[in-house]
This record gives sequence, C-alpha cells and structure tokens, in this order.
Amino acid sequence: MTYKFPSAEWVNEYMHQLNASPDYERAGKDWERDILFVSEPDRVHPEYAYFYLDLYRGKCREAKLLSGPDEKKTGYIISTPFSTWRKIISGELDPIQALMTRKLKLQGDLMLLMRYPKAAMEMFACVKRVPTDFGDSQA
Amino acid sequence: MWYFDSPQIVFGEGALDAIDELQGRRALIVTDTTLVKLGLVERVAEHLGRAHIEYRVFDGVEPDPSVQTVLLGAQVADEYAPDWIIGLGGGSPMDAAKAIWVLYERPDLQPAEINPIIKLDLRKKARLLMIPTTSGTGSDISWGIVLTDTVEQRKMGIGNRENIADISIVDPALAASMPPQLTADTGLDVLSHAIECYTCAWHNDFADGPCLVAARLAFTYLPRAVANGSDLEAREHMHNAASCAGLGFSNALVSIGHAMAHALGATFHLPHGRAVGLVLPYTIEFSAKHDPSRFADLARFTGCCEAMGEAAARALAERLRTLCETLHSPRSLAEAGIDQAAFEAALDKLVDDAFNDTSMVSASRSPSYEELRRLFQHAYKGQPVDF
Repeated sequence: MTYKFPSAEWVNEYMHQLNASPDYERAGKDWERDILFVSEPDRVHPEYAYFYLDLYRGKCREAKLLSGPDEKKTGYIISTPFSTWRKIISGELDPIQALMTRKLKLQGDLMLLMRYPKAAMEMFACVKRVPTDFGDSQA
Repeated sequence: MWYFDSPQIVFGEGALDAIDELQGRRALIVTDTTLVKLGLVERVAEHLGRAHIEYRVFDGVEPDPSVQTVLLGAQVADEYAPDWIIGLGGGSPMDAAKAIWVLYERPDLQPAEINPIIKLDLRKKARLLMIPTTSGTGSDISWGIVLTDTVEQRKMGIGNRENIADISIVDPALAASMPPQLTADTGLDVLSHAIECYTCAWHNDFADGPCLVAARLAFTYLPRAVANGSDLEAREHMHNAASCAGLGFSNALVSIGHAMAHALGATFHLPHGRAVGLVLPYTIEFSAKHDPSRFADLARFTGCCEAMGEAAARALAERLRTLCETLHSPRSLAEAGIDQAAFEAALDKLVDDAFNDTSMVSASRSPSYEELRRLFQHAYKGQPVDF
C-alpha cells in the first residue's frame, strides 16, 4: 500500500513510522518541540501543503495535515518546495545537506536543534520508510 | 548541490616567509603556552615584524579548548582590534582561533550558535591565518570547530563554511620537533580523516582525491616520522598529508569513528588521534558489512591488498591495527589503559554522546543504539567486528 503525499493518511503513516522506531525514540528522548512542515508550491505541485508533528520525548504524540500555517503555533517551521520534499522522502537528497545548503529553510531555535543531529537523521530516516505515492508529478 | 572550500595553502620549506607579504596593522596570535616556550611564537613574530604588523599573543588555549576560553579570547580580540587572527599550534589553538575570530566578528553570537545553517557575514574586521605546528588535525583547512562544554563534559562540534581560514601556512619545519608519541597520535588522526571522509555517505568527487593521497602518504611516511623524527622527508609529507586530509573531510565529513573518539575524549581524555586511530578498524569492519567498495578502493590505492569486497576492507582494518602496533599505539580501549569497571560505568554516556555526535550524520551505515554499544564493547576488548 502507498500513501499519497501530501495527505492526512501519509502524515498518519509517518507518525506510525516514528513511533515504531527505537532509534528515533532513543535519539529524540529529550526532544520536546513540535514542527510544522511546509510544502511550498512549485511547477510540479502548485499548492501549499502543511503538516504538523508534535514530537515529545522520543514519540510523536500528534500528526495531522493542517489547512494553513496559522492553525498551530510551532517551535520549528521547515519549508521547501514540493519537488525538494519529494527528493528527501525518496532518499535522493540528504536532508542534513539540504539544511546546510539552505534548500530546506528552517525557522526556530537552531542552537537547540544542533544538539540533536541524530534525532533529525532518524526523523528523516522514518520518512523514507513511508511508502509514498507522489501522484503523477515528476520532480 | 554541495560546495568545495579551501584556504589559500602555502606549503613547503620556508612557507612561513609568506607572512612577510601580509597586509595589515595588528595581529592577534591565538596559541598555547607550550608554543611560546618552544619559541614558535617568536618565529612568527619575526615575520610579522617584517610585514610591519604589530601583534599581541593570547596563549590561554588549553587542550580541548572550552567555551569559556574562546569567550575570553574574543574579549581580548575586541580590546585589541586586530585585522588578522592567527591560529598557531595544533588543533586546539586553531579551533580556538576560528571560534575567537567568529565571536570577534559577531559579538551577538554565543559559541553554540555557530552552526552551518546561518549566514555569518565575516571578514568585516579581520581575516584568519592558520599555522599548524602538528601534522594531524587538518584544522588549518577545515571549517569545523570542536569545543568542550565543561559543564556537561561533552565535545561540541560547531562551525560554518564561512569560518574557513583565508590562508594556511603548511611549513614542515614547525612540526619537526614533535615527539614520537604526538607524531603517532596526530598521524593516526590524518589516516582517520582520509579514510572516514573517503568512505562516508557525503563523499564526493572533489574530496576523494585529497583523501586518497593523504591516506597513501600517511601509510608510507607515518612509521618513518615516528621512528626517526629527523627524517625531514617523512615530516614534510606527513605535514602535507594532514592538510590534504583536512581538505577532504572539510568538504565531505567524517563518520562513526570520530563520533566514538569524541565521546572517548570527553569521558576518558584520550588524545583524539589515538582514540580515533584505535576505533577506526572496528568502524571499518562495521561499515564495510553494508558496502565495502570504497574501503576496497582505499585498500588498493594504498597498496594494502588487491582483494575485492569485504575481504579488502578487513585487510585495511588489519593494516591499521598493525600500524598502531608499529607505532606503539593501543589497538583496544583496554590496551589504552581504560579500566574495565570505569568503561562499563561510562558505557551508556559514551553511546549517548557518540549517538548524538554531529559526525554521525554522514555515516555510510548508521548504527543503531545497540550496534553502537557493541562497537564500543568490541573496541574495548580488541575483538574484530562481525555484525
């Protein structure tokens, strides 16, 4: 079974993968912030999409697709166009390198985030485990 | 998309003369008291005199420099207002110099805020010159900075591509007086940079060349430099190898071996090169289980063996263990003198620290928490890794 990105079902499966990962649980055991992910429109997918993860001490307490950026106030916002998300989710683009080259734009407390590189890696490792259907759009 | 950054590198005998050509008014030399006593600061000062550049010395850098030290150094820089910051020494003074420079340019930042994502906008007040006096860290070339958080007893990996030096002076004469133990420790650091960079997930075509050359130079010349410190050919090649490896890892990254060594350094105060040289064979065996091809490349290029696949990676690991033995460097944590009870008591913290080390992000095979624990246990006992 595959899950269409972006969709509520996809976000739920992502939460499931995070909560099934002992390495994420270990790496994120001290992490207590929520994150808003923004998929920005591009020529491939010309609409905004917002999804929310409440990450708390190694578990994901809530994950949902939001209707807009103001529905939740979050500690972090990570934004990039749809095509870049596609590359990250499918494992073509290293998310940490994407952050370092500012292809992934990050708002939030960087100092805190830098203390959890492994949690960030595991978070993105989990996203790659979600069987994803990008529709007929091509990067 | 990625980047390849490098300072201008002035190398070879007499490279220190390049200081005579510098343009500027004032330099702050960031160093340690040992280098002052050895007369190396005086040598640099003579060249600054020829360039008509005044100088002040900040020699308060300790091994594994702390956050407090670099804050103090930045305060000295702010008072003196230099237009050159000079990092003179091994990895500690050079890392401190980078951090001091950034904090001098950006007094609004705390050391922990120096990260690869932000824009620093440096070089408004000063430029950075590096002069390595050991042949190992590659800190003269790299943008990475390792500081110690003395409160939490952990090493902090910080840095930003912008804080790479403007010039590195790689003059072998400055490293010629290193004693054998320091030569061995720093030389193992060179090999670890070259091997981890070449085999990590972030390896790239531009960084591969310097890594291969550095590994071959180190396998060839490190035993000679340790056996006979007066072997100036070996000294020069090891000095160059250190900066070549720095050029590699600064533009790719290192990996599990460094994450483990940082944890061991913070807890047991093992010299970094010794620690990373010790754990590297175990991490090679672990990583090669996933994909041995690049380890095999290295094994062939360095003349280690002509085998393919995992056998070549294992031969490379064994060659490193043999090299450690030749250099009288420990091949296990037990041989390094770490008490078993102390090791077991510290194991959870070691695994936690290594697991969350920034070097871990580029591992070609990312270990689980349990695998990392087993890696430490195998490294303690000197038992080759088979998982």
